[in-house]
Amino acid sequence: MIEVSWALDHLDDLAFRVAQHIELAAIPVMIGFAISLALAIWAVRRPVVRGPIVSASGVLYTIPSAALFAALLPVTGIEIQTAVIPLTLYTLLIYLRNMLAGLDGVAPEVIEAADAMGYGRWQRLLRVELPLALPLIVGGVRLASVSTIGLVTVSGILGDRFGGLGFFIFEGYRHNFGIEIAFGAVPTILLALAVDLVLQRLQGRLTPWAPRTVRAIDPGRADPGRAVAGGAA
Amino acid sequence: MQLVTDTIAWLLDPANWGGNQGIVTRLLEHAVFSGISIAIAMAIAVPAGIWIGHTGRFAALGTNVANLGRALPSLAIIGLVLPITAAIDPQLGFKVYPTLVAMVVLAVPPILVNCQAGIAGVDRDLVEAARAMGMTERQIVRGIELPLAMAPILAGLRSASVQVIATATLGAFFGGGGLGRFLVEGIAQRDDGMTFGGVVLVAALALTVEGAFIVLQRVIRSPGLARMEGARAAAGAA
Repeated sequence: MIEVSWALDHLDDLAFRVAQHIELAAIPVMIGFAISLALAIWAVRRPVVRGPIVSASGVLYTIPSAALFAALLPVTGIEIQTAVIPLTLYTLLIYLRNMLAGLDGVAPEVIEAADAMGYGRWQRLLRVELPLALPLIVGGVRLASVSTIGLVTVSGILGDRFGGLGFFIFEGYRHNFGIEIAFGAVPTILLALAVDLVLQRLQGRLTPWAPRTVRAIDPGRADPGRAVAGGAA
Repeated sequence: MQLVTDTIAWLLDPANWGGNQGIVTRLLEHAVFSGISIAIAMAIAVPAGIWIGHTGRFAALGTNVANLGRALPSLAIIGLVLPITAAIDPQLGFKVYPTLVAMVVLAVPPILVNCQAGIAGVDRDLVEAARAMGMTERQIVRGIELPLAMAPILAGLRSASVQVIATATLGAFFGGGGLGRFLVEGIAQRDDGMTFGGVVLVAALALTVEGAFIVLQRVIRSPGLARMEGARAAAGAA
């Protein structure tokens, strides 16, 4: 059984690539969150900038991932930012749509009540609007995490220093060795599913008041509530 | 600046456009390959989505398929399919089929879910009224549900197309053709002009298709629906 012995011999490599995969996914998910939150608050405060911000993140989301990684290679070289910047850019649309939908969903009466109680703008944002938007915001984190875990594999086109578990997929293809490909592909899928499950639990814990029907907005999916109005995705 | 001039020089060099490895050939490969995948995915997902949306049966199945689609990275699908297709056909099984399978697998969920949600989202009162008027189920689907659900259905096709174009780009790293070849060769030969030229072409293709769908979403609308909304807008303006 050459396959089994090969797999046992490469457990160290697997551990290294899993750690790298998590690192390459976690950094963009966190940086993307911070950038998107700032942009979402800006867009809510100044409706003029809202359209351009959402359109720009939509354009970035449309560019195929292999192309965006390759685009940075001549600019930033074989450094971690070459992998992290595109991955961060892809999270923006997912975050923004959920944050904006969450903030839009705060009832005007609630905002008026907060104003009447003497909340300042920032205080109202922190204590009233953001907590009410939390179910969708956390839903956005969940979608962004799962999508980034998948995209990390593509960073393997930048060379052996990147790719996380995707390294094994490229390497296995070069060696024409199916087990090595599976060594990368199967743990990637399991990692995505595991993170989705953990964040789903966390979503329930963080926002116990939210109905279970609150669904994050997936840029790849129409919004059934607006289907008839024709304003989907 | 060197990068910009290199890229422009590469894109403007006529030698890079012709021939069986030129830009025109690669663009056609990319487009034809993507079109075939979308056609196969539509043949599967459109009837299934209409049926689930119309009957309301297996509605959870559609949603689960979509969630699974998101957790399946394109690269993982290509990788897992490759050993199987390579065993069946040692030639094309290595180059074409793994990416084609991944493209179809990734295109089905968005088309299916948007079709299902679009049809199911049509006002039930309208459907009941149509039924009461004696329309058959087939007439209801064709005459009422499909026209009203056209916007989300096109939105599903749009995100599937963008996804498919991205996956086709990736396929070049696994022996496939298409515009991704310029990324593969540019990176391997450290030819920044070619790499960045490839990036420009791939991004332009994706954005053009996305833009075409936005136009299509405006143009393809049921005439009745357009009249109704026109009347509503006029009433609002008055």
